[in-house]
Amino acid sequence: MAERKIVDAKNTFCPGPLMELIGQMKMAEVGDELEILSTDQGSANDIPEWINKVGHEMIDSFEKEGVWHIVVKKTK
Amino acid sequence: MKILVVGGGMGGTILANNLARRLSAELKSGKASITMLSASDKHMYQPGLLYVAVGKMTPDELYRDQVSLLESSITFRVDPVTKFNLKENNVVTESGKQYDYDIIVISTGSRAYAEGTPGLAENACQFYTEPDAVKMYKSLQNFEGGKVVVAVGVPHKCPMAPLEITFMLADYFRERDIWDKVQLHYTYPIGRVHSLEPVAKWAQPEFDRLGITYETLFNMKEVTPDKVISEEGTEAEYDLLVTVPSHKGMQVIEDSELGAGGFIPTNRTRLNIEGYENAFVIGDTTNLPISKAGSTAHFEAEALAENIASTIKIGTPVRDYDGKVFCFIEAGEGKATYAMFNYQNPPDPKAPTKGIHWFKTAYNKMYWASARGLL
Repeated sequence: MAERKIVDAKNTFCPGPLMELIGQMKMAEVGDELEILSTDQGSANDIPEWINKVGHEMIDSFEKEGVWHIVVKKTK
Repeated sequence: MKILVVGGGMGGTILANNLARRLSAELKSGKASITMLSASDKHMYQPGLLYVAVGKMTPDELYRDQVSLLESSITFRVDPVTKFNLKENNVVTESGKQYDYDIIVISTGSRAYAEGTPGLAENACQFYTEPDAVKMYKSLQNFEGGKVVVAVGVPHKCPMAPLEITFMLADYFRERDIWDKVQLHYTYPIGRVHSLEPVAKWAQPEFDRLGITYETLFNMKEVTPDKVISEEGTEAEYDLLVTVPSHKGMQVIEDSELGAGGFIPTNRTRLNIEGYENAFVIGDTTNLPISKAGSTAHFEAEALAENIASTIKIGTPVRDYDGKVFCFIEAGEGKATYAMFNYQNPPDPKAPTKGIHWFKTAYNKMYWASARGLL
Protein backbone atom coordinates (compact mmCIF):
# COMPACT_ATOMS: atom_id res chain seq x y z
CA MET A 1 0.00 0.00 0.00
CA ALA A 2 1.24 3.49 -0.78
CA GLU A 3 2.35 5.60 2.16
CA ARG A 4 -0.41 7.77 3.61
CA LYS A 5 0.31 11.45 3.08
CA ILE A 6 -0.57 13.90 5.84
CA VAL A 7 -1.97 17.27 4.74
CA ASP A 8 -1.69 19.61 7.72
CA ALA A 9 -4.28 22.37 7.30
CA LYS A 10 -4.72 23.11 11.00
CA ASN A 11 -5.30 26.75 11.95
CA THR A 12 -5.60 27.98 8.38
CA PHE A 13 -8.53 29.87 6.94
CA CYS A 14 -7.70 30.56 3.31
CA PRO A 15 -7.66 28.64 1.02
CA GLY A 16 -8.88 26.31 3.78
CA PRO A 17 -8.76 22.56 4.37
CA LEU A 18 -11.04 21.41 1.54
CA MET A 19 -9.33 23.55 -1.08
CA GLU A 20 -5.98 22.29 0.20
CA LEU A 21 -7.17 18.70 -0.09
CA ILE A 22 -8.46 19.25 -3.64
CA GLY A 23 -5.07 20.63 -4.67
CA GLN A 24 -3.20 17.74 -3.08
CA MET A 25 -5.55 15.17 -4.64
CA LYS A 26 -4.76 16.56 -8.07
CA MET A 27 -1.08 15.78 -7.51
CA ALA A 28 -1.73 12.34 -5.98
CA GLU A 29 -1.78 9.03 -7.85
CA VAL A 30 -4.84 6.78 -8.04
CA GLY A 31 -4.71 4.53 -4.97
CA ASP A 32 -2.92 7.09 -2.76
CA GLU A 33 -4.37 7.84 0.66
CA LEU A 34 -4.37 11.37 2.08
CA GLU A 35 -5.15 12.32 5.67
CA ILE A 36 -6.21 15.92 6.06
CA LEU A 37 -5.91 17.58 9.47
CA SER A 38 -8.28 20.46 10.14
CA THR A 39 -9.29 22.57 13.13
CA ASP A 40 -12.33 23.84 11.20
CA GLN A 41 -15.43 22.06 12.45
CA GLY A 42 -17.05 22.54 9.05
CA SER A 43 -14.49 20.20 7.52
CA ALA A 44 -16.27 17.23 9.11
CA ASN A 45 -19.17 17.90 6.73
CA ASP A 46 -17.85 19.68 3.67
CA ILE A 47 -14.89 17.37 2.98
CA PRO A 48 -16.97 14.15 3.03
CA GLU A 49 -19.59 15.92 0.88
CA TRP A 50 -16.98 16.65 -1.78
CA ILE A 51 -15.43 13.17 -1.56
CA ASN A 52 -18.84 11.58 -2.11
CA LYS A 53 -19.76 13.93 -4.95
CA VAL A 54 -16.55 13.28 -6.88
CA GLY A 55 -16.57 9.57 -6.08
CA HIS A 56 -13.34 9.11 -4.13
CA GLU A 57 -13.31 6.64 -1.23
CA MET A 58 -13.82 7.85 2.32
CA ILE A 59 -11.58 5.77 4.57
CA ASP A 60 -11.97 7.33 8.01
CA SER A 61 -13.13 10.45 9.82
CA PHE A 62 -12.60 11.21 13.50
CA GLU A 63 -11.94 14.07 15.90
CA LYS A 64 -9.07 13.97 18.37
CA GLU A 65 -8.14 16.80 20.72
CA GLY A 66 -9.88 19.43 18.61
CA VAL A 67 -8.39 18.27 15.30
CA TRP A 68 -10.50 16.56 12.63
CA HIS A 69 -8.73 13.76 10.76
CA ILE A 70 -10.32 12.81 7.45
CA VAL A 71 -8.75 10.05 5.39
CA VAL A 72 -9.53 9.70 1.69
CA LYS A 73 -8.35 7.37 -1.04
CA LYS A 74 -8.04 8.66 -4.59
CA THR A 75 -10.01 6.35 -6.84
CA LYS A 76 -9.82 8.06 -10.25
CA MET B 1 28.35 35.62 5.43
CA LYS B 2 27.02 35.19 1.90
CA ILE B 3 23.25 35.63 1.61
CA LEU B 4 21.67 34.57 -1.67
CA VAL B 5 18.11 35.62 -2.58
CA VAL B 6 16.65 33.75 -5.54
CA GLY B 7 13.69 35.53 -7.09
CA GLY B 8 13.04 39.24 -7.59
CA GLY B 9 9.29 39.39 -7.00
CA MET B 10 7.58 41.04 -4.07
CA GLY B 11 8.83 38.63 -1.41
CA GLY B 12 12.46 38.54 -2.51
CA THR B 13 12.62 42.30 -3.04
CA ILE B 14 11.12 43.22 0.35
CA LEU B 15 13.31 40.66 2.09
CA ALA B 16 16.53 41.82 0.42
CA ASN B 17 15.84 45.51 1.11
CA ASN B 18 14.80 44.89 4.71
CA LEU B 19 17.89 42.76 5.30
CA ALA B 20 20.19 45.29 3.64
CA ARG B 21 19.02 47.97 6.06
CA ARG B 22 19.34 45.73 9.11
CA LEU B 23 22.83 44.61 8.04
CA SER B 24 24.11 47.93 6.72
CA ALA B 25 27.20 47.87 8.95
CA GLU B 26 28.02 44.26 8.09
CA LEU B 27 27.58 44.95 4.38
CA LYS B 28 29.77 48.04 4.58
CA SER B 29 32.53 46.22 6.42
CA GLY B 30 32.42 43.24 4.08
CA LYS B 31 31.36 40.81 6.81
CA ALA B 32 28.16 40.08 4.88
CA SER B 33 26.95 40.27 1.30
CA ILE B 34 23.53 40.04 -0.32
CA THR B 35 23.15 38.82 -3.89
CA MET B 36 19.84 38.57 -5.72
CA LEU B 37 19.37 36.36 -8.77
CA SER B 38 16.29 36.95 -10.90
CA ALA B 39 14.87 35.86 -14.23
CA SER B 40 14.15 39.45 -15.31
CA ASP B 41 15.52 42.98 -15.00
CA LYS B 42 11.91 44.19 -14.64
CA HIS B 43 9.63 43.98 -11.63
CA MET B 44 5.92 43.61 -12.31
CA TYR B 45 3.07 44.62 -10.00
CA GLN B 46 1.13 41.44 -10.60
CA PRO B 47 -2.25 42.47 -9.06
CA GLY B 48 -2.47 45.14 -11.74
CA LEU B 49 -3.10 42.48 -14.38
CA LEU B 50 -6.65 42.12 -13.07
CA TYR B 51 -7.26 45.75 -14.02
CA VAL B 52 -5.55 45.35 -17.42
CA ALA B 53 -7.97 42.52 -18.19
CA VAL B 54 -10.96 44.86 -17.88
CA GLY B 55 -9.34 47.92 -19.42
CA LYS B 56 -8.74 49.86 -16.21
CA MET B 57 -4.92 49.91 -16.43
CA THR B 58 -2.38 49.49 -19.21
CA PRO B 59 0.62 47.16 -18.91
CA ASP B 60 3.24 49.93 -18.90
CA GLU B 61 1.88 51.05 -15.51
CA LEU B 62 2.87 47.72 -13.97
CA TYR B 63 6.65 47.72 -14.41
CA ARG B 64 9.74 49.24 -12.82
CA ASP B 65 13.41 48.42 -13.32
CA GLN B 66 14.25 45.91 -10.60
CA VAL B 67 17.56 47.57 -9.80
CA SER B 68 15.73 50.85 -9.09
CA LEU B 69 13.81 49.12 -6.27
CA LEU B 70 16.84 47.62 -4.52
CA GLU B 71 19.19 49.07 -1.92
CA SER B 72 22.49 49.91 -3.59
CA SER B 73 24.33 47.49 -1.28
CA ILE B 74 22.56 44.52 -2.91
CA THR B 75 24.29 42.83 -5.84
CA PHE B 76 21.68 42.13 -8.51
CA ARG B 77 22.13 39.69 -11.40
CA VAL B 78 19.70 38.65 -14.12
CA ASP B 79 20.74 35.02 -14.20
CA PRO B 80 17.98 32.54 -13.33
CA VAL B 81 18.86 29.48 -11.29
CA THR B 82 18.74 26.19 -13.16
CA LYS B 83 19.71 23.90 -10.26
CA PHE B 84 19.56 24.17 -6.48
CA ASN B 85 22.19 22.09 -4.67
CA LEU B 86 21.09 22.58 -1.07
CA LYS B 87 23.39 19.91 0.35
CA GLU B 88 26.40 21.62 -1.22
CA ASN B 89 25.17 25.16 -0.39
CA ASN B 90 25.28 26.36 -3.98
CA VAL B 91 23.13 27.03 -7.02
CA VAL B 92 23.95 26.84 -10.71
CA THR B 93 22.54 29.45 -13.08
CA GLU B 94 21.55 29.74 -16.72
CA SER B 95 24.89 31.40 -17.54
CA GLY B 96 26.72 28.38 -16.12
CA LYS B 97 27.99 30.17 -13.02
CA GLN B 98 27.96 28.63 -9.58
CA TYR B 99 26.91 30.79 -6.63
CA ASP B 100 27.94 29.56 -3.16
CA TYR B 101 26.04 30.75 -0.11
CA ASP B 102 25.83 30.53 3.66
CA ILE B 103 22.12 31.41 3.71
CA ILE B 104 19.66 31.09 0.83
CA VAL B 105 16.13 32.45 0.49
CA ILE B 106 14.02 31.02 -2.33
CA SER B 107 11.19 33.23 -3.56
CA THR B 108 10.69 32.12 -7.13
CA GLY B 109 6.89 32.38 -7.04
CA SER B 110 4.22 30.44 -8.88
CA ARG B 111 2.75 30.45 -12.37
CA ALA B 112 -0.65 29.84 -13.89
CA TYR B 113 -0.81 26.37 -15.35
CA ALA B 114 -3.87 26.23 -17.59
CA GLU B 115 -2.15 23.44 -19.55
CA GLY B 116 -2.85 21.15 -16.59
CA THR B 117 -6.55 21.06 -17.47
CA PRO B 118 -7.31 19.57 -20.91
CA GLY B 119 -8.74 22.19 -23.27
CA LEU B 120 -8.51 25.10 -20.84
CA ALA B 121 -5.56 27.00 -22.30
CA GLU B 122 -7.04 26.83 -25.83
CA ASN B 123 -10.54 27.97 -24.88
CA ALA B 124 -10.39 30.30 -21.89
CA CYS B 125 -9.43 33.90 -21.19
CA GLN B 126 -7.06 34.42 -18.27
CA PHE B 127 -5.15 37.33 -16.78
CA TYR B 128 -2.03 36.01 -15.06
CA THR B 129 0.48 37.25 -17.65
CA GLU B 130 0.62 40.52 -19.56
CA PRO B 131 -0.17 38.96 -22.97
CA ASP B 132 -3.06 36.95 -21.46
CA ALA B 133 -4.54 39.99 -19.70
CA VAL B 134 -4.39 42.10 -22.90
CA LYS B 135 -5.85 39.24 -24.92
CA MET B 136 -8.67 38.88 -22.40
CA TYR B 137 -9.53 42.57 -22.66
CA LYS B 138 -9.68 42.31 -26.46
CA SER B 139 -11.97 39.28 -26.14
CA LEU B 140 -14.25 41.25 -23.84
CA GLN B 141 -14.32 44.14 -26.31
CA ASN B 142 -15.50 41.77 -29.04
CA PHE B 143 -18.12 40.13 -26.85
CA GLU B 144 -21.66 41.32 -27.57
CA GLY B 145 -23.63 39.07 -25.23
CA GLY B 146 -24.21 35.49 -24.14
CA LYS B 147 -23.20 33.26 -21.27
CA VAL B 148 -19.94 34.08 -19.47
CA VAL B 149 -18.60 31.38 -17.17
CA VAL B 150 -15.91 31.95 -14.53
CA ALA B 151 -14.09 28.69 -13.72
CA VAL B 152 -11.50 28.28 -10.98
CA GLY B 153 -8.58 25.85 -10.62
CA VAL B 154 -6.73 24.77 -7.46
CA PRO B 155 -4.35 25.99 -6.12
CA HIS B 156 -4.41 29.53 -7.44
CA LYS B 157 -2.63 32.80 -6.80
CA CYS B 158 -4.67 35.51 -5.09
CA PRO B 159 -7.66 33.88 -3.40
CA MET B 160 -9.81 36.95 -3.99
CA ALA B 161 -9.24 36.93 -7.75
CA PRO B 162 -12.25 34.71 -8.64
CA LEU B 163 -14.68 37.03 -6.85
CA GLU B 164 -12.94 40.20 -7.97
CA ILE B 165 -12.89 39.32 -11.65
CA THR B 166 -16.56 38.35 -11.45
CA PHE B 167 -17.63 41.67 -9.91
CA MET B 168 -15.35 43.57 -12.28
CA LEU B 169 -16.84 41.74 -15.27
CA ALA B 170 -20.32 42.74 -14.09
CA ASP B 171 -19.13 46.36 -13.90
CA TYR B 172 -17.55 46.11 -17.35
CA PHE B 173 -20.70 44.78 -19.01
CA ARG B 174 -22.86 47.38 -17.26
CA GLU B 175 -20.56 50.17 -18.39
CA ARG B 176 -20.87 48.89 -21.96
CA ASP B 177 -24.64 48.75 -21.46
CA ILE B 178 -24.90 45.11 -22.51
CA TRP B 179 -25.58 43.66 -19.04
CA ASP B 180 -29.11 42.66 -20.10
CA LYS B 181 -27.57 40.51 -22.86
CA VAL B 182 -25.11 38.75 -20.52
CA GLN B 183 -25.61 35.81 -18.20
CA LEU B 184 -22.66 35.76 -15.78
CA HIS B 185 -22.17 32.35 -14.17
CA TYR B 186 -19.63 31.80 -11.37
CA THR B 187 -18.26 28.39 -10.39
CA TYR B 188 -16.12 27.54 -7.38
CA PRO B 189 -14.28 24.42 -6.19
CA ILE B 190 -15.71 24.09 -2.66
CA GLY B 191 -19.22 24.14 -1.24
CA ARG B 192 -19.60 27.92 -0.93
CA VAL B 193 -18.73 30.86 -3.20
CA HIS B 194 -15.45 31.65 -1.41
CA SER B 195 -13.00 29.79 0.80
CA LEU B 196 -13.41 32.34 3.60
CA GLU B 197 -16.84 31.75 5.11
CA PRO B 198 -17.51 35.40 6.07
CA VAL B 199 -16.54 36.48 2.55
CA ALA B 200 -18.83 33.83 1.06
CA LYS B 201 -21.69 34.99 3.28
CA TRP B 202 -21.26 38.52 1.95
CA ALA B 203 -20.66 37.59 -1.70
CA GLN B 204 -23.55 35.17 -2.25
CA PRO B 205 -26.33 37.75 -1.60
CA GLU B 206 -24.38 40.19 -3.76
CA PHE B 207 -24.47 37.64 -6.59
CA ASP B 208 -28.22 37.23 -6.03
CA ARG B 209 -28.76 41.01 -6.04
CA LEU B 210 -26.80 41.44 -9.28
CA GLY B 211 -28.32 38.41 -11.01
CA ILE B 212 -25.05 36.46 -11.15
CA THR B 213 -25.73 32.72 -11.05
CA TYR B 214 -23.35 30.30 -9.34
CA GLU B 215 -22.49 26.66 -8.88
CA THR B 216 -20.30 25.40 -6.05
CA LEU B 217 -18.37 22.11 -5.72
CA PHE B 218 -17.28 22.59 -9.33
CA ASN B 219 -13.71 21.54 -10.21
CA MET B 220 -12.65 21.67 -13.82
CA LYS B 221 -11.88 18.30 -15.36
CA GLU B 222 -11.97 19.12 -19.05
CA VAL B 223 -12.90 22.02 -21.31
CA THR B 224 -14.38 21.80 -24.80
CA PRO B 225 -15.01 24.76 -27.16
CA ASP B 226 -18.48 25.26 -25.67
CA LYS B 227 -18.60 23.76 -22.17
CA VAL B 228 -16.68 23.04 -18.99
CA ILE B 229 -17.01 19.54 -17.56
CA SER B 230 -16.47 19.19 -13.83
CA GLU B 231 -14.89 16.45 -11.72
CA GLU B 232 -18.23 16.33 -9.92
CA GLY B 233 -20.04 15.27 -13.09
CA THR B 234 -21.79 18.52 -14.05
CA GLU B 235 -21.32 20.78 -17.07
CA ALA B 236 -21.38 24.53 -17.65
CA GLU B 237 -21.98 25.73 -21.20
CA TYR B 238 -20.40 29.04 -22.16
CA ASP B 239 -20.00 31.59 -24.91
CA LEU B 240 -17.03 33.20 -23.16
CA LEU B 241 -14.93 31.36 -20.59
CA VAL B 242 -12.84 33.25 -18.04
CA THR B 243 -10.57 31.21 -15.83
CA VAL B 244 -8.45 31.47 -12.74
CA PRO B 245 -6.35 28.44 -13.64
CA SER B 246 -4.59 26.12 -11.24
CA HIS B 247 -1.02 27.14 -10.45
CA LYS B 248 2.33 25.40 -10.11
CA GLY B 249 5.62 26.50 -8.66
CA MET B 250 8.58 27.09 -10.97
CA GLN B 251 9.94 24.20 -12.99
CA VAL B 252 13.42 24.59 -11.46
CA ILE B 253 11.96 23.68 -8.04
CA GLU B 254 10.62 20.40 -9.42
CA ASP B 255 13.79 19.78 -11.45
CA SER B 256 15.85 20.20 -8.26
CA GLU B 257 13.47 17.79 -6.48
CA LEU B 258 12.67 20.34 -3.79
CA GLY B 259 8.90 19.85 -3.78
CA ALA B 260 5.92 18.35 -5.63
CA GLY B 261 4.20 20.79 -7.94
CA GLY B 262 7.05 23.24 -7.47
CA PHE B 263 6.04 24.02 -3.87
CA ILE B 264 8.69 23.45 -1.19
CA PRO B 265 7.89 21.85 2.19
CA THR B 266 8.34 24.78 4.59
CA ASN B 267 8.19 25.25 8.35
CA ARG B 268 5.11 27.38 8.99
CA THR B 269 6.66 29.71 11.58
CA ARG B 270 10.41 29.79 10.86
CA LEU B 271 10.01 29.45 7.07
CA ASN B 272 13.04 27.17 6.70
CA ILE B 273 12.97 24.29 4.26
CA GLU B 274 12.23 21.16 6.25
CA GLY B 275 15.62 19.56 7.04
CA TYR B 276 17.71 22.69 6.42
CA GLU B 277 18.64 25.43 8.88
CA ASN B 278 20.19 27.81 6.32
CA ALA B 279 17.63 27.53 3.50
CA PHE B 280 14.36 29.45 3.61
CA VAL B 281 11.27 29.88 1.43
CA ILE B 282 8.78 32.74 1.19
CA GLY B 283 5.77 33.64 -0.93
CA ASP B 284 4.03 31.36 -3.38
CA THR B 285 6.98 28.94 -3.39
CA THR B 286 6.11 27.50 0.04
CA ASN B 287 3.78 24.56 0.42
CA LEU B 288 2.07 26.25 3.38
CA PRO B 289 -1.73 25.94 3.31
CA ILE B 290 -2.19 29.70 3.34
CA SER B 291 -3.08 32.26 0.69
CA LYS B 292 -0.76 32.60 -2.27
CA ALA B 293 -0.81 36.39 -2.23
CA GLY B 294 1.57 39.32 -2.33
CA SER B 295 0.73 40.25 1.24
CA THR B 296 1.67 36.77 2.44
CA ALA B 297 5.08 37.13 0.78
CA HIS B 298 5.38 40.64 2.25
CA PHE B 299 4.73 39.61 5.87
CA GLU B 300 6.84 36.47 5.55
CA ALA B 301 9.71 38.55 4.13
CA GLU B 302 9.60 40.99 7.05
CA ALA B 303 9.65 38.21 9.64
CA LEU B 304 12.39 36.29 7.89
CA ALA B 305 14.61 39.34 7.34
CA GLU B 306 14.41 40.11 11.04
CA ASN B 307 15.35 36.51 11.89
CA ILE B 308 18.25 36.27 9.45
CA ALA B 309 19.65 39.58 10.72
CA SER B 310 19.30 38.53 14.36
CA THR B 311 20.87 35.16 13.65
CA ILE B 312 23.89 36.94 12.16
CA LYS B 313 24.06 39.47 15.00
CA ILE B 314 23.20 37.38 18.09
CA GLY B 315 23.10 33.81 16.81
CA THR B 316 19.38 33.15 17.06
CA PRO B 317 16.05 34.07 15.40
CA VAL B 318 13.78 36.38 17.37
CA ARG B 319 10.26 35.92 16.03
CA ASP B 320 7.83 33.55 14.37
CA TYR B 321 5.84 34.24 11.22
CA ASP B 322 2.28 34.25 12.54
CA GLY B 323 0.49 33.45 9.29
CA LYS B 324 -0.57 37.03 8.66
CA VAL B 325 -2.36 37.73 5.37
CA PHE B 326 -4.13 40.90 4.21
CA CYS B 327 -6.19 40.89 1.02
CA PHE B 328 -8.14 43.69 -0.60
CA ILE B 329 -11.40 42.57 -2.22
CA GLU B 330 -12.67 44.63 -5.14
CA ALA B 331 -16.46 44.37 -4.85
CA GLY B 332 -17.54 46.21 -8.00
CA GLU B 333 -19.69 49.37 -8.20
CA GLY B 334 -16.68 51.39 -7.03
CA LYS B 335 -16.49 49.67 -3.65
CA ALA B 336 -14.02 47.34 -1.95
CA THR B 337 -13.35 45.66 1.37
CA TYR B 338 -10.53 43.60 2.84
CA ALA B 339 -9.82 40.42 4.79
CA MET B 340 -7.04 40.17 7.37
CA PHE B 341 -6.22 37.02 9.30
CA ASN B 342 -3.43 34.83 10.67
CA TYR B 343 -2.99 31.30 12.01
CA GLN B 344 -4.99 32.09 15.15
CA ASN B 345 -7.52 34.74 14.16
CA PRO B 346 -10.11 34.28 11.40
CA PRO B 347 -11.02 37.16 9.09
CA ASP B 348 -13.94 39.45 9.80
CA PRO B 349 -14.46 41.48 6.62
CA LYS B 350 -16.66 44.56 6.80
CA ALA B 351 -19.18 45.81 4.25
CA PRO B 352 -17.49 47.21 1.11
CA THR B 353 -17.02 50.96 0.96
CA LYS B 354 -15.91 53.47 -1.64
CA GLY B 355 -13.13 54.57 0.70
CA ILE B 356 -11.45 51.17 0.65
CA HIS B 357 -11.75 51.02 -3.13
CA TRP B 358 -9.98 54.39 -3.33
CA PHE B 359 -7.31 53.13 -0.96
CA LYS B 360 -6.81 50.02 -3.11
CA THR B 361 -6.56 52.24 -6.20
CA ALA B 362 -3.96 54.34 -4.39
CA TYR B 363 -2.09 51.21 -3.29
CA ASN B 364 -1.79 50.21 -6.95
CA LYS B 365 0.57 53.21 -7.16
CA MET B 366 2.04 52.98 -3.66
CA TYR B 367 3.14 49.38 -4.23
CA TRP B 368 6.59 50.53 -5.29
CA ALA B 369 7.18 52.05 -1.86
CA SER B 370 6.12 48.72 -0.39
CA ALA B 371 8.58 46.79 -2.57
CA ARG B 372 11.35 49.17 -1.50
CA GLY B 373 10.45 48.32 2.09
CA LEU B 374 9.23 51.82 2.92
CA LEU B 375 5.53 51.03 3.44
